[in-house]
Amino acid sequence: MRMLDTPILAGQPSVEGATTVRLSEAERGQRGTIIGVSAETSEGIASEELHRRLLEFGFVEGARVELIHEGLVGRNPIAVRLDDMRVALRRGDARGVLIALDSDALPLAAE
Amino acid sequence: MSTAFAAATRVALVGNPNSGKTALFNALTGSRQKVANYAGVTVERKEGHLTTPEGRTISVLDLPGTYSLRARSPDEMVTRDAVLGRLAGETPPDVVVCVADATNLRLVLRLILELKQVGRPLVLALNMFDIAQRQGLRIDIEGLSREIGAPIVTTVATRKRGIEELVAKVDELARSGVLNGPQTWREPDAGEIRSAHREAQRIMKAHVLPPERPDTWTAKIDSVLLHPVWGLVILTAIMFVMFQAVFTWATPVADLIDAGFAWLATTVGQILPPGLLTDLLTNGIISGVGSVLVFLPQILILFFFIIMLEDTGYMARAAFLLDRIMGGAGLHGRAFIPLLSSVACAIPGIMSTRVIDNKRDRLTTILVAPLMTCSARIPVYTLIIGAFIPHVKVWGLFNLPGLVMFGLYAAGIVSALVVAFVIRTFFWRGLVEPFLMELPAYKTPDPANIARNLWQRANIFLNRAGRIILPLMVLVWFLSTFPYPPAGATGPAIDYSFAGMIGHFIQPIFAPIGFSWQMTVALIPGMAAREVAVAALGTVYAVGGEADPGALSATLAHQWSLASGLAFLAWYIFAPQCAATLGVVKRETNSWKWPAIMFGYMVALAYLAAFVTYQVAHALGG
Ligand SMILES: Nc1nc2c(ncn2[C@@H]2O[C@H](COP(=O)(O)OP(=O)(O)OP(=O)(O)O)[C@@H](O)[C@H]2O)c(=O)[nH]1
Ligand SMILES: [Mg+2]
Repeated sequence: MRMLDTPILAGQPSVEGATTVRLSEAERGQRGTIIGVSAETSEGIASEELHRRLLEFGFVEGARVELIHEGLVGRNPIAVRLDDMRVALRRGDARGVLIALDSDALPLAAE
Repeated sequence: MSTAFAAATRVALVGNPNSGKTALFNALTGSRQKVANYAGVTVERKEGHLTTPEGRTISVLDLPGTYSLRARSPDEMVTRDAVLGRLAGETPPDVVVCVADATNLRLVLRLILELKQVGRPLVLALNMFDIAQRQGLRIDIEGLSREIGAPIVTTVATRKRGIEELVAKVDELARSGVLNGPQTWREPDAGEIRSAHREAQRIMKAHVLPPERPDTWTAKIDSVLLHPVWGLVILTAIMFVMFQAVFTWATPVADLIDAGFAWLATTVGQILPPGLLTDLLTNGIISGVGSVLVFLPQILILFFFIIMLEDTGYMARAAFLLDRIMGGAGLHGRAFIPLLSSVACAIPGIMSTRVIDNKRDRLTTILVAPLMTCSARIPVYTLIIGAFIPHVKVWGLFNLPGLVMFGLYAAGIVSALVVAFVIRTFFWRGLVEPFLMELPAYKTPDPANIARNLWQRANIFLNRAGRIILPLMVLVWFLSTFPYPPAGATGPAIDYSFAGMIGHFIQPIFAPIGFSWQMTVALIPGMAAREVAVAALGTVYAVGGEADPGALSATLAHQWSLASGLAFLAWYIFAPQCAATLGVVKRETNSWKWPAIMFGYMVALAYLAAFVTYQVAHALGG
């Protein structure tokens, strides 16, 4: 795990002292709160469409997420618990979702 | 149409996918549209009617589910256009009923905020209220209703609870002539979606308390079924059991039906005086149609499995587990469900590709969908397997015919993936589209729903037998009986008939792949529907006097070489022989180009596969 190099977008709630991670790089069992959603895909291409689609699915600042399942090959796709629902997506599409991890949620804590 | 003064009130059911719109539609109108536990079941608009206790007519529109009116895929566009009244000659609905899964309100609240901008009176149906109550979810209905400015009715669509109240509310709104507001909806941008979410969040906080007994089963089941390794093992096992079952469980019943038709043909032959009519009845109709009806039990078993997978909520999990393979072949993540539906029949499979937004992704899926083994191939496969594959146990556990059946299904799946890969690698290279999919909570399947679905399936199958197979069999019988052989002819009479002539004429084309003229003849009516080929074989051999009625597979074992039999199987993995499928592809793509391409590539593959199979098997002494 590492601190994210991209600065958190202005105007987003920032969580003091929390480790942030992109959802695309999160590990199973990690959970936290979404602090930023931006228009970034795996190719690094900004995609307004993906951005809006993520938002419409409920990937929005303040929502709770937990990575609950991952696929066999390349740990892809992933399934996350997003507030009250479960959503499956590919890691590449999850790049734009920035999470502040809960301080007690160590990787694989759910084992 | 009626020219009543007051036209029927028009109501549209709108809501997130899988919230129970179609279940509610069925409960309201008495229809039998497909209901299943995954997102994207409904892909077209369906209209139905109901009469209020006061005798007024309400027309109800069932629509595809959506998270937003900002539609992307063809199914979502249907919903957007219906709600906004953008279709030619249509106005927006008089009342919009938003159907919400009461246990999952967050996203639908945002959709409601969008729907409010459409300017039509709105009713919120809090569906799945049984589950909400079981979980001890506390919703302040009055407060919520005030907040969203719309009446709320709680419903349990599958138990038909709350239906009268819903109708009463809709009727009341329609009659009170609530002034329609202006239509102010336009596509929200990211900022607007965010602020709508904040508003929805605030409403949630104020009026909905989290459940006292949340569903913990789904998480427990998923920890096994979505396990990276065990999940795949279980998925393979389920598929395996399914195809073994199709082959083994059905045998006793199928044998019974078989014996029944044999008895019928013999009895009719004895009771009626010999003559043309008797011949038509026994050889044409009973042999032909009977040879297809025998497969009813198998088809029902296959559908039983599919319905179970659909109703429990497993479909979305299977899509999750196989996403990597699908993606590797260049298929869109949402292509999984259309392809799996094609195991029943390619037609609904092709229709359900409407959930895919990118045109090329969608076309690729449409082009490969008919390669999935549809239920109409079951009669062909079973017949040939029964004739040529011995009934032995393999490793003391599986029976060989079942294994071959599994292999044929696997061949269909693999070839679909390979063709998709070729299309995406050489013709349409492109970026992979984003793919998000909700994993629904598991539900216990409703036995009544399963029974209803199976009954519907049996009906469709019997209907096809009556409307397509029967008339075609009369035709095949006619062609194989007339003209009579000339006086003093030595060969079998059928050789001199039209069917014999046609068969002998085109047989040279099929000689390299080992097809006899009878097989060639069977391919032609098989264009109407694949299983007709089996019926045609039944009739051709019966008229030719080379069969006892009801024992077609024994006849084939006699008449065909093993190599020919295997080549016939290989042909049918790819054979594009289904006029209805080509018709749907034309309709969905709006041009004859795609059905033509599909037909062309499938014939080429079928011929190639049969050729290789025949030559190899022949060389090995088959
Ligand atoms: N327990 C319970 N289950 C319900 C209720 N209403 C619907 N269901 C189930 O929920 C699932 C989804 O129902 P559908 O009617 O297909 O949902 P839909 O909104 O039409 O879905 P799409 O067409 O995909 O948008 C099915 O498994 C139904 O059996 C309800 O009131 N209670
Ligand atoms: Mg539906």
